[in-house]
Amino acid sequence: MSTLSTLRTAPSDADRALRRRHIRQTWGQPWLYVPLAGALLLMVAPFLWMLSGSFKPEADIRAVPPVLIPTAPTTANFHELFSRLDFTSMFANSVTVALAVTAGNLIFCSMLGYALAKLEFRGQRAVFMLVIGTLMVPGLVTFVPLYVLVANMNLTGSLLGLILPFLATPFGVFLMRQFISSLPDELIDAARVDGCRELAIFWKIILPLTKPALATLGIITFLGSWNNFLWPLVVAQNESQYTLPVGLALASGGQDFTRYGILLAGSVVVLLPVMIVFLLFQRQFVAGIATTGLK
Amino acid sequence: MTSMFTKTPPGRGDTHEPSTAGPQRSAARRLFALRSTARGRQARAAWVLAAPFLALFLAFMLLPVVWSLLMSLTDTQSADLRTPLNVSFTGFDNYVRLFQDEQFVHALRNTAVFVVVGLPLTLAAGLAAAVALDRGIRRFRAVFRVGFYLPVITSIVAIAVVWKTLLDPQAGLVNTVLGWFGIDGPAWLADTRFALPVMILMAVWRNLGTVMIIMLAGLQSVPHSLMEAAELDGAGAWQRFWRVSFPLLRPALLLTAVTTGIGYLQFFDEPFVMTQGGPLDSTLSATMYAYDQFGNGNYDVASAAGYVIFVLIVALTVLQFRVLRDKD
Repeated sequence: MSTLSTLRTAPSDADRALRRRHIRQTWGQPWLYVPLAGALLLMVAPFLWMLSGSFKPEADIRAVPPVLIPTAPTTANFHELFSRLDFTSMFANSVTVALAVTAGNLIFCSMLGYALAKLEFRGQRAVFMLVIGTLMVPGLVTFVPLYVLVANMNLTGSLLGLILPFLATPFGVFLMRQFISSLPDELIDAARVDGCRELAIFWKIILPLTKPALATLGIITFLGSWNNFLWPLVVAQNESQYTLPVGLALASGGQDFTRYGILLAGSVVVLLPVMIVFLLFQRQFVAGIATTGLK
Repeated sequence: MTSMFTKTPPGRGDTHEPSTAGPQRSAARRLFALRSTARGRQARAAWVLAAPFLALFLAFMLLPVVWSLLMSLTDTQSADLRTPLNVSFTGFDNYVRLFQDEQFVHALRNTAVFVVVGLPLTLAAGLAAAVALDRGIRRFRAVFRVGFYLPVITSIVAIAVVWKTLLDPQAGLVNTVLGWFGIDGPAWLADTRFALPVMILMAVWRNLGTVMIIMLAGLQSVPHSLMEAAELDGAGAWQRFWRVSFPLLRPALLLTAVTTGIGYLQFFDEPFVMTQGGPLDSTLSATMYAYDQFGNGNYDVASAAGYVIFVLIVALTVLQFRVLRDKD
């Protein structure tokens, strides 16, 4: 608990002013820019390498020592990726699964989150402990029976098998409950006094106020689903259900794909959408990470 | 566990009974009360809101957790999994067999090394980056923040693929750069001495951004008046950090240590993509072992391995709470 209150306490204005003055006076530590820039280079170098490699012609890829800037940039790697590996359908699968999973979590987690945060009912505590308790369960514990379950439902041949087990996750409930708890009770009481029905309170009053948390949960869920690997790898039976990470991993393990250009182009395709989502919603995302402490 | 996640005020959930109602109310009267009172309306709405989640949760989380436990205690070798109840109980045989399998013990040791070395490194690197960004610099802070966070949002598979090409003994960038300094780089992922350390460093590289973001938020909520006071009292930068900032960061550190630890105990994607657990099982993780068993149709052994990891996660979490919890 203390974690959340520590992180949530916004510094006062006076505090901020003091802080700003202090930093201006001392001008930070200029020498720190050098090691930090070095560290930053270490962090982004693989991404630059990925980008440059994806545009490299065959000759540059085989070159020893490697060339950093492609001598004659080409999009051949991307063409081959989409024609030979059918990255188009994998891309569509990834988008479909990620959007469905995200929608499910936004709806179901905010509903239960509101009930746990603001409504009183018998068994409330038990439900909360049960849901939150499973946050620690490793994916590995559930995946064997989950696989048997999904197979018995004849879902291994469809995208539904990739979506269904992730439609409602404990983490989402935790995040939504934490956020909704911080909304004032008076809003709900006032609505009740005005004769608003219980479910209407959730729909008309709470949900609109929950937008920042919904945005955070949406981004986190989308990224998590997009990058999910183990489950689609296990469940997807044929290439028509592969998601991007599965296609990329299997391609990199395949014998005829020792060609780095294609793999790096594939990595770019996997990364690009999450980059765009992240850069667009950076603010909400970082705020969400900071308040929940979870990714 | 409880202190971290619970926000429920004490007694909530069991004090909402109308005080006039006795303990021996009939079912009919209870139903009537549920219908008519305000609390009853609330409870009904709550269950309507909770039902869809709980239905999915029961089917895809709770049922598998219990089922998996049962599986780990049975012999599924001969069973047809479409009729999963038709199995014979064998007690802890699967667990005994697991710990007698040298490969699993080896995989556990690799996982332990991964956690014991990787986790402190990740926390230290993330904390250092946060302190440097918070105190040291003013300009380009957003650029640094995004740059450090970039690996976190990337698919591990994409990262593993890129690092695989970077670490290529001949055509890779890493050995080329080492060559500029006259160092003859090893074959990294094909070398039993280097494969696991390389993966640990990759994990640190990938995850320090999360720690940094959370620590940065923590550092920025440290009251500056406290810092000022400590400075006036003659505390140096080092002392100010350890005596003022660090104690306030402890809960955030605990949170990141727990979540990162849970992730590290399940490390899978990197060895799957980069080495398949090799060379000579030097990067085989417990999760990777379980996956292989699953692939071979040994569902019981895979489930048992899953529960071993579960127990380790609980143990590590409890330990972290002991060590890092606020002293008050």
